[in-house]
Amino acid sequence: MTALSPAEIEALILSLQVAGTAIAVGLPVALLIGYALARWRFPGREIVNGLVHLPLVLPPVVTGYLLLILLGRRGPVGSFLEENFGLVFAFRWTGAAVAAGVMALPLMVRPIRLAVEAVDTRLEEAAETLGAGRLFVFMTVTLPLALPGILAGAILGFAKALGEFGATITFVSNIPGETRTLALAVYTLTQTPSGDLAALRLTFVAVIVSLIALIASEFVARRLSRRLTG
Amino acid sequence: MLDVSIRGRVGDFETDVVFSGSAGVTALFGQSGSGKTTIVKMIGGLVRPASGRIVLDDRVLFDSTSGIDVPARRRRIGHVFQDSRLFPHLTVRQNLAYGRRFARGNHGPAFDEVVELLGLSPLLARRPRTLSGGEKQRVAIGRALYAAPRALVMDEPLASLDAARKAEILPYLDRLRREAGVPIIYVSHAIGEVTRLAETLVVLSEGRIVAAGPPAEVMSRLDLGPATGRHEAGAILSGRVAGHDDAYALTTVRVDEHEIQVPALDLAPGTRVRFRVRARDVALAKLRPKDISVRNVLEGYVTEIATNGGAYAEIVVAIGRQRLRARITRKSAEELGLARGEPVWALLKSIAVERGMLTAEPGSDEGE
Repeated sequence: MTALSPAEIEALILSLQVAGTAIAVGLPVALLIGYALARWRFPGREIVNGLVHLPLVLPPVVTGYLLLILLGRRGPVGSFLEENFGLVFAFRWTGAAVAAGVMALPLMVRPIRLAVEAVDTRLEEAAETLGAGRLFVFMTVTLPLALPGILAGAILGFAKALGEFGATITFVSNIPGETRTLALAVYTLTQTPSGDLAALRLTFVAVIVSLIALIASEFVARRLSRRLTG
Repeated sequence: MLDVSIRGRVGDFETDVVFSGSAGVTALFGQSGSGKTTIVKMIGGLVRPASGRIVLDDRVLFDSTSGIDVPARRRRIGHVFQDSRLFPHLTVRQNLAYGRRFARGNHGPAFDEVVELLGLSPLLARRPRTLSGGEKQRVAIGRALYAAPRALVMDEPLASLDAARKAEILPYLDRLRREAGVPIIYVSHAIGEVTRLAETLVVLSEGRIVAAGPPAEVMSRLDLGPATGRHEAGAILSGRVAGHDDAYALTTVRVDEHEIQVPALDLAPGTRVRFRVRARDVALAKLRPKDISVRNVLEGYVTEIATNGGAYAEIVVAIGRQRLRARITRKSAEELGLARGEPVWALLKSIAVERGMLTAEPGSDEGE
C-alpha cells in the first residue's frame, strides 16, 4: 500500500471538514427540533416531523436538486442570503456541508427525540420546585440525562455526513479541492481507467475513518451512561 | 404562615379546601384518592387551582380574582415527593446544593446543618442509584430544606418505604419539624405518622375537609368513622415522663392526674410526650378490677357512644381533661349498661404503647 497522494489527502481533509461543519451547525438544530417534537404540542407538529424525515425517503438526487433550486445563486433563499449576508452555497464546500447536514438531520433528530422523551419530566418538575428556571432545568437536568442519545445522534449524523454522495454531487457538483469529498473522489476514480488501486486505497481510508468514529462513539456512550446511572 | 383556600378539579370530584399551616407540621390526612396530592401540588404551583387564594407569609402566591399565579420556581416552597426524584446524574452533595443558588438573599440553613440534621455526611460523595429508599428520602428532604424554602410540602415521603426504613426516617422528621422553622404540610394516609408528627390535623375525604384541629381532638371524634382509620383508630394522650423503673424496664408517664406505665423510653424525666392509644387496645370495666395483669387502670366516665349495628361499639372515655377511645363489642357495651355520664374504668396494657406511636414534644425541657 503506497502513501496517499496530495489530492487524496485533500479529499480526506475536505470530507472531515464538511462533515464536522455539518454536525457543528446541524446538531443544535437537531437538538431544538428533537426537543420540540418530544415536549411541545404545537400545530403543524406532524408536518415538521415529516419534513425532517423527508431526506431519509427521498432519492438523494431529489434532495440535492431541491437544495439547488432553493439555495442556488438564483434560488429564492440563495439569492437572499447572498445579497444580505454574502453567503454563497452553490458549488462551494459550505454547500457540501449543507447537503450533508440536511441528509444527516433525520438521523440526528430521531435518537435525540427518543432520548429527551426518556427523561423523566418529574425530575424537571422537582428542579422547578427548587427554584430553577426553564433554561437552567434544560441545561442541568434534561440535557445531561439525554446526552447519550444526543451523542448517538451526533455520531450517526457524522458518519452519514462523511459518506454523503447523491445530494452533494447534485447540489455542489464534483470540484476538486472544493467539493470533492472522499465519497466523490472514490466515485471519480472508479470512472477513471487505471483508477482501481487508488479507489481501493481511498475505500480503505473511508473504512478506517468510519470505524474509528463508531468505536469512539460506543466507548464514550458507555462511559457516559455509566456515569449517569452509577 | 401559609393560608390556603382553593377549589379545583381532582380526578372525578371537585376539591374545596380552606386551611392554614403555621410553623410546625400540618398534616393532610385521608385515604388514597382523597385529593391530598393534588392539593399540595396546587400549593407548590405544579397544578393550577380553578379558583381561590394561596398566601405564604403575606406574599400572595395565587389569587384567581386578581389573576396572580406565581410560578412554582418562584414560590419558594420546598417539595418532597413520594418518589424522592433525586437527580441521578449528580452526587448527593450536588443534589443537595441544586436549589441553594436560587435562594438569593434568603438566610437558609447552612450546608453542614442540613447534613447533620439528616445524617447525610457518609452519603455526600455517592450517587442516588447506590442509596437505599430511606437514604434517598433523607437526601430529598435535605435538598428541599437547603434550598431555603419558606414552607415545606411533603407528599407521602414514607409511603414507598418498608416499616424498617420508615422507622429509620421518622426520628429525622421529628427533628425536622422542630428545627426547620418553616410551616410543613405533611401528606399521609398513615395515621401513625400523622399523629406522631402533626400539630394540626386536617382530615380529607373526597376533596373536602371533614375535620381539622389538634390531633388529640380530631382523633377522639367518633363521627368521622373510617376517615381517621379503621384498625389504627385511636385517641392521643399527652403527658410528661415521670420516672423510670429500670429493674422492670418500664417508664411512667404522668397524664394529668393519672400515671401510665409504658415500656422503657430513653427520655429524661420531665420530657413532654404524646402517644396514640389504639381504640382496640383499650378495655372497659364497671368496677375496678383486682388481680389483673393490665398495669394501667384509669378512672373516667363515658362521654360518647357510637354503634352502627355491627359487632363493635366505639366509646369515648374522659380521663381527666383528656379523651381515650375504646373499641369493645356492642354486646359488652349493652351488658355493662354503658351510657353517657356513667363512671367506668379504662384498662390499657402497657405493651400496647409502642415506641413508634410516641413523640417527644418540642420545648420538652422547660417547665409548665
